[in-house]
Formats: sequence, C-alpha cells, structure tokens
Amino acid sequence: MTTLSAPAETRRPRAKWAGGSDLWKATPLTRIALIVTIVISAFPLYWMVVIASRSNREATDIPPPFLPGGNLGQNIQRVLTNEDAHYLAGLTNSVIIASTVTISVVLISTFAGFAFARLRFKGGRILLLLVLVTMMVPLQQMGMVPLYRMMVSLEWIGTLKAVILPYLLNGFGVFLMTQYTEQAVPNELVEAARVDGASTLRIWWNVILPAVRPGMAVLGINTFMLTWNDFLWPLIVLTPDNPTVQVAVNSLNAKYGTDYVLIFSGTALSVLPLIIVFVVFGRQIIGGLMEGAVKA
Amino acid sequence: MSLHVDSGPSTRAPVPPSRRHGRPGTGRTFLSWLDLKAAPYLLISPYYLLFLLFGIFPLGFTLWYSLYDYDLAGTVKWTGLGNYSALLADSAFWNAVVNTLGMFVIATVPQILLALLLANALNKRIRGRLFVRLGVLLPLVTSVVAVAVVFTQLYGRDWGLFNWILGSVGIDPVDWKAERLPSWLAISTMIDWRWTGYNAIIFLAAMQTIPKDLYEAAAIDGASRRRQFWQITIPMLRPTMIFVVLNSTIGGLTLFAEPTTFYGGNVHGGSNSQFQTVSMFIVEQGFREFDYGYAAGAAWLLFIMILIGSLINFLLIRRIGGKK
Repeated sequence: MTTLSAPAETRRPRAKWAGGSDLWKATPLTRIALIVTIVISAFPLYWMVVIASRSNREATDIPPPFLPGGNLGQNIQRVLTNEDAHYLAGLTNSVIIASTVTISVVLISTFAGFAFARLRFKGGRILLLLVLVTMMVPLQQMGMVPLYRMMVSLEWIGTLKAVILPYLLNGFGVFLMTQYTEQAVPNELVEAARVDGASTLRIWWNVILPAVRPGMAVLGINTFMLTWNDFLWPLIVLTPDNPTVQVAVNSLNAKYGTDYVLIFSGTALSVLPLIIVFVVFGRQIIGGLMEGAVKA
Repeated sequence: MSLHVDSGPSTRAPVPPSRRHGRPGTGRTFLSWLDLKAAPYLLISPYYLLFLLFGIFPLGFTLWYSLYDYDLAGTVKWTGLGNYSALLADSAFWNAVVNTLGMFVIATVPQILLALLLANALNKRIRGRLFVRLGVLLPLVTSVVAVAVVFTQLYGRDWGLFNWILGSVGIDPVDWKAERLPSWLAISTMIDWRWTGYNAIIFLAAMQTIPKDLYEAAAIDGASRRRQFWQITIPMLRPTMIFVVLNSTIGGLTLFAEPTTFYGGNVHGGSNSQFQTVSMFIVEQGFREFDYGYAAGAAWLLFIMILIGSLINFLLIRRIGGKK
C-alpha cells in the first residue's frame, strides 16, 4: 500500500515549501474558508443524528433543536421493525449486492486491464477506445426500458440478480486498472516471466496481482460506494418488500412524510456503513481519486 | 481472491508448467498459441460479454422500442417516428427539458467556481491536510437519497431550518416545493453540497502538477495572487476542467434522485411538475404509464441532449482556457 504515490505526493511539496517563498502560506481568509467548508460539509450529517435522536414533537420545535437527544435507540428500533420499509432485508440485500458487484468488477477489470496494458493483441486499442466512449453514455437512462423488459421476460423482477448483473458493466474500472497496470508493472517484468516459461495466467497471478493490489483496493472502495448509493435501477426492478437500503429509505420517506425521526433514523443507518469505510480507507480514497484525476 | 478461478473463460487458458521446457510437439505449439494469441481475448471477454448484454443490446433495443406504440392494455403497434414527433409536441416533455437545463445551470456554474476556489485554498500550506481533505470529501460518501432526505427537511415550509433562519432576519417563509425557482434552488444546493468537494479534490490534484517555478517567476514579475490564479492556474487546469465539466454535464442532465426524493419519492416532480427532470419523465412514462415506446424515445432525446450539451461545454472550456 505504501507504493501508492499519494502519501509521497503530499509530502514532497512540504519540503519544498520550507525553503520556498511565502506564496503558499495560508492566509487567515483561507483558514476561515476551509473551516466554513468543513462545517457545511459535516452539518447535514450532524443534523441527521440530531433529528434521529429526538422525538417528532421536538423535531418540529421552533427554534429547532441543535443538540442530539436521547431517543436514537428507540427510533432505530422503530425503523427496523417497520412493516412497510423492510429495512433489515434492505440492509442485507445492499450488503450482498454491493459485495458481489465489487468483487466481480475488480476481477473483471484486473483481467482486462492486464490484457490492455501488458499484452499485445489485434484490435486492442480500438476495443479500449470503445470502453472510453461508452463511459460517456448514460446507460441507466438509455437502457432502462429494454433491461426492464428483459428482466420481466426472465422473471427476474424483484430478485437481486436483476440489480447485480447490469452493474457488472463498469468501463471506469477497466480504464482505471489499465492505467494502474501500466504504471505499476514494468514491461520487462512481464517479459522476464515469459522467458522463464510462465503462462499468461501464471503471470497474472504471480506478477500482476501483487503489483496492482493498491489499484484494486481503490477501485473496490469506489465500486462499493457507488453500488451502495445507487437508487434508480433498484427502484425500478425491486419490489418494496425486498428492497435495497436506498429503496427502503425511499419507502419510509414516501409513506411517513412527516414522521421525521423515523425517516432520519433510517437515513442515518443507511449512511453509517459508508462513513465507516470512509474513515478507515480515507487516505486511499483520496490518494486514488487524486491519482486518477491527473491521468484522466 | 481465490474466487478468480470461476470468474470467466480465462480459466480455460491452460497453464503450461515450466518443466515442459524443450519438449517439442504439436500439443505444445497449440498450447503456446492458445496462451499467447488467445489469452488476451479470454482476459477481456468477461467485460465485453457484459458490454454486449448490458450495453449494446439495451441501447439498440431502446431505439427499437421507441418506434412502437405501447398502451396499458398491452397492445403494441408500429408507429415509426410517431413517438418522437409526439414528444417534440408534448409540453410535459419540454417542461422536463427546461427544468433539467435550468437546474443544471443553477447547480453547475457556482459549483465549479466554488470548487476552483476551494482547491486553491486546499493547495496552500495548511495543518491537518488529510483531515481537511477528508472533511471536504465527506458529502460524496453520503448517498444521494440521504442528502435529499435531510435537505428536504431543512427546506420544510413550516419547521425547516432554512425558513427559521430567514424568519429570524425578517424574511417571510418560502414554500420551497411549491414554486419553480425556489424548488430549483433547493435541489441545486443538494447537488452542490454533494459534488463541490469532489470536484475541488480533482482540481487540487491537477493544481499540484503545475510547476511551482511558474508562480515564483510570476511573483518576481510582480503579478498579484489573484492574477496568478487567473493567468496561470486556470489555463493550466484546462484538461481537468474539461473532465469535470463533462462529468457534471452527464450527471446534471440525468438528474433523478434528488428531485424525486424532494417530492416524497414521487417522479411527478411537484404538483405541476415544476421540478420534474427528463429522467423522471422517462420513469413516469415507462413505469407509471407503461408507455415503453414513449419512454424509450425520450431516453434517446435525452442522449442527444447530453451529446449536444457536452459538445457545447467542451468548446466553451477550450475557448476560455485558450485565451491568454
């Protein structure tokens, strides 16, 4: 993980600045702007907890409450036992969907990235270009109708595979892993392994995999977050009694319009897993994002 | 990771062990041919199989569906370009187009400017760098539905925090959902809250690749910081700017979850559809009215809109960045 250039990148300028001019000094205005930004970034999440831990009477107080109350456990209990939302099923489904999609996308992308970056074959460049072009197409909107009809005729409506399968198509993953493999695996290494008589699959397992693991981690975290948060497609192909967590929150929102504490508790619970992922892998997420941005 | 064995045809590529060295024979040539020539295709085949099934096939069939007329009773008849001419004459469709474009502009312009300024601030020497960056990126982790739920409550007419703040400075409460412009503003803030930090981090990454000497030289020449920002930073960011703007164009024109959640999970987009987007229109036509042909036609028109929007923005950015 230390080979990821993000930490190095963040450290290098510091040394330079130490001897450099005052150009990069943060003015008080900069500091204030950053503090305000962080407050604004965090406030809606904080607000989620405030309302989720209150009662409905307090939530509609004027002026509104600004500190968390003591009803969080009881409100979460109400969410989990709510008969319309099927919240626990939603949580379980989201975990299954996001994990399956993440593992598959990472593997598919690592295979394809290896081929595009380090193997020579006819049509490779054009096929890679095709991936890039289709990243521009809003497939969710464009493919909604035929995909839905397809799921109907397969009798997959309401099942998790109807959600999972279309998500496995991820051009960004192929693009990212191609970039990453090019950077992390020197061509000579592949050639040397080839001379030693290693097969393509063995090279993938022994040479490529160990080197691109950080890239796989970044792609995996990314895919997990996107899949967990997606709303439109599950809303269309799943039924409310077997939802994803986003669809469950939507059911709460649609049926209990003014029961704010119930809706907010469900929402807070749906965000929690990702916040944990974010706190644990924050450095990698930012590193991967910044590295990808420069290459795009 | 041991799952790799069952994840596709690549397992069919045999593994010639190295002890086979120097043992000639037709079997070996075939195997090594398979390994060298076929392996790349086997490795990319899982992706392209999915691409065919869930990319090409739906795109083509959307076009096909858009040429047919479906109704609630389930009868299907050929209509040629009938859906398209009906859509272009449908005020509900145009309403959705105007809403989508309106919210796109209101959300994107301030978002990109703010992201640039924020990136510039993040590029300074600051303490707790990682913490600050994580803080800025926090909204991205929050699901769109969650963002929309919280903001919808904050924008509540009677008990919302924003109206309370307005009231405390003597401004009458605003019924954010009822009118077109307030609803657009409310939805735009949801989009900006979630994406500004992300774009700032992308800009920051690009800013860090700009050679520091450029600034030092400009400073010696007496250029002010503001001037350095506009004359060095912005032009150097052009490629990244194109990426960010195209990304925002696709995201903005396919807007769905925020306005849907804002109206309690209903795709009608307000009592008079005052914030119904094209994506919501497609879902309403296809999955509430079951007019698949009409929905498919609208999807193609949306795609054309995105292509035109991307092209305009691309040319715009190229000109802005190109002027020195």
